[in-house]
Amino acid sequence: MVQPVMPKTWYRPTKPHKFCPGCGHPLILKALGEAADELGIQNQLIYGCDIGCSLLSWDFFAMDSTQTHHGRTTPVMVGMKRARPELICVGYMGDGGGYSIGSQHLVNSAIRNEKITLILANNTNYAMTGGQLAPTTLPGQKTETTPLGRDPESTGYPVMGPEMISAITGAGAYVARGTVSKYRQLKGFIKRALQNQMEGNGFSFVEALSTCPTNWGTNAKQTWNWLEDNMQAYFPTGELKSPFRKED
Amino acid sequence: MEKPVTGSKKVFMTGNESVAWAALAAEADVMFGYPITPQNEIMHYWARLGPKYGRKFLQTEDEISAGFTVCGAVIAGKKAFTATSGPGNTLMQEPFSMAEGMKLPTVTVIQQRGGPSSGTVIYSQQEVTLTTYGGNGEGHRLVYSTASNQELYDYTIKAFNVAWKYKFPTFVLGDGYQAKMREPLEIYDPAERGIELIEPTPLVGVPGQIGVDREPQHLCNIYSLEEELYEAVMHLQSEYDRISPEIVEYEISFVEDADILVVSHGVVSRSVDDAVEALRAQGIKVGSFRPITLRPFPTQALLDVLGSGVKKMLLVESSYGQLFRLVRQEIYGETVPIETLFKPGVGIIDTDIIEMIANMI
Ligand SMILES: Cc1ncc(C[n+]2csc(CCOP(=O)(O)OP(=O)(O)O)c2C)c(N)n1
Ligand code: SF4
Repeated sequence: MVQPVMPKTWYRPTKPHKFCPGCGHPLILKALGEAADELGIQNQLIYGCDIGCSLLSWDFFAMDSTQTHHGRTTPVMVGMKRARPELICVGYMGDGGGYSIGSQHLVNSAIRNEKITLILANNTNYAMTGGQLAPTTLPGQKTETTPLGRDPESTGYPVMGPEMISAITGAGAYVARGTVSKYRQLKGFIKRALQNQMEGNGFSFVEALSTCPTNWGTNAKQTWNWLEDNMQAYFPTGELKSPFRKED
Repeated sequence: MEKPVTGSKKVFMTGNESVAWAALAAEADVMFGYPITPQNEIMHYWARLGPKYGRKFLQTEDEISAGFTVCGAVIAGKKAFTATSGPGNTLMQEPFSMAEGMKLPTVTVIQQRGGPSSGTVIYSQQEVTLTTYGGNGEGHRLVYSTASNQELYDYTIKAFNVAWKYKFPTFVLGDGYQAKMREPLEIYDPAERGIELIEPTPLVGVPGQIGVDREPQHLCNIYSLEEELYEAVMHLQSEYDRISPEIVEYEISFVEDADILVVSHGVVSRSVDDAVEALRAQGIKVGSFRPITLRPFPTQALLDVLGSGVKKMLLVESSYGQLFRLVRQEIYGETVPIETLFKPGVGIIDTDIIEMIANMI
């Protein structure tokens, strides 16, 4: 049987990885790995992961990596980048880490146009802690803390992260939303978000729509349908802001 | 680039200013900070002086961020520090706990203000418990309690060296009085005093090619198994126990024949010194013990003094027993009676202590 090719920047001794079957995280990390391969930045890229299911990737890459705390990956990467601008600092987090507990860091580092790259997995729930309401949970979606479905009247509407970031960043920022169902496009966004940092242009942010069959309670088909029919309808994919010419 | 401090210079400056000069002299690379009184001027001086010597500064969005940016810079191998007080110290416990867990040599200057809550912006010694044992860990930290602007200078330099030598988060615990008061002191180039500055080393972005001549660095702070965490904490504990004898510092005066031993720390110990001198002039046998390191605590030194015939102890502090609890836990089993003079958030002068001792004899 032909084995799928792993990116060179994946760390083989820790494969197979620890994510659930059908999880979107490893697809996003594959896109990151392939983008890093193509840019030849294995020795310069420093990978920081949040606490959330993203923490499972702490030894995922054959690249220097560090865990941080829930929501605090952004300031750790900011500190690293400020200290050593030659490093390519990439933070990886969930929607809870980025948009809720760490939102002040996300917003302020975006305003300061910090020259870091952040990749945020939007799976519409807090996965690691067992499927609670996230800022991205869709209206009507059931979670452990919204058992009757999210009621925007009491918990608001899903956060539109890239739209917010693109509104508050200055020139040079790169902002996009991709989805694991359009892998090539997502990889292109992540690659450009890395290039943007390498060129020192500004803050680079990619939200990736991701799957969580374990907490959604969905089978393979339902998982994919939920992603393509519900999530992608609510969260439009594409580049929102780019110093590069549009190309796919 | 020219050194910020050459030779040795007599100056008259506030504690905050002396911290900024010390950080420059210690070759600190970057400061991250968030405004809070009474530490603001550390940032102000650093923000002005730093760039002249190629040093960096960032005002972060809050203290959580200041603490974590310091962690990031330290992981990248730079001497990074922050300064805070009161509610800011509370917020920083989360990054300090990461620094403990990952053995990151962060340096933090705490200028204590009154608490709880926003308290006062003036002064206290109420951040002892928080600074020594805050966070969800075992207090694997190094904490120096200073008493003067000279010591703020000396111990800030020392903090960077000790942090990077032993790889534990290190604190200089001052207070609002020291922060704002002007005093004569000597600032100096550490090299002139034979102090060798420890070079920082990175944990990530280290030399070599991954997969060719080195493995990738994978730093973690969360464990899957109880036993893994146990191993990690016990390793920290044994490291801490091993290095503690090299780190503990204290000051004693008139202890040889003392009937009453006054125990205090930080700026309060200066009032104690004045009181002890005055009482000695009256022939009253009083001595003073001042821990300089609150973590690790100079336990053996205190036990030795107590063992030499002390009849009573007086604990004096500008908090309601934070030093007292620390001391009591360290000398567990000692039966010397302890009296206390607690003034939470309020300054203590020599006459307060003299009066108290008059009632004890
Ligand atoms: C300060 C703090 N609060 C709470 C937690 C518990 N916690 C761990 S992961 C997590 C949520 C993770 O959700 P998300 O960030 O969306 O990532 P996902 O697991 O969905 O990938 C929470 C609340 C924590 N580790 N630290
Ligand atoms: S719980 Fe959800 S997000 Fe976490 S690994 Fe499993 S599928 Fe992925």
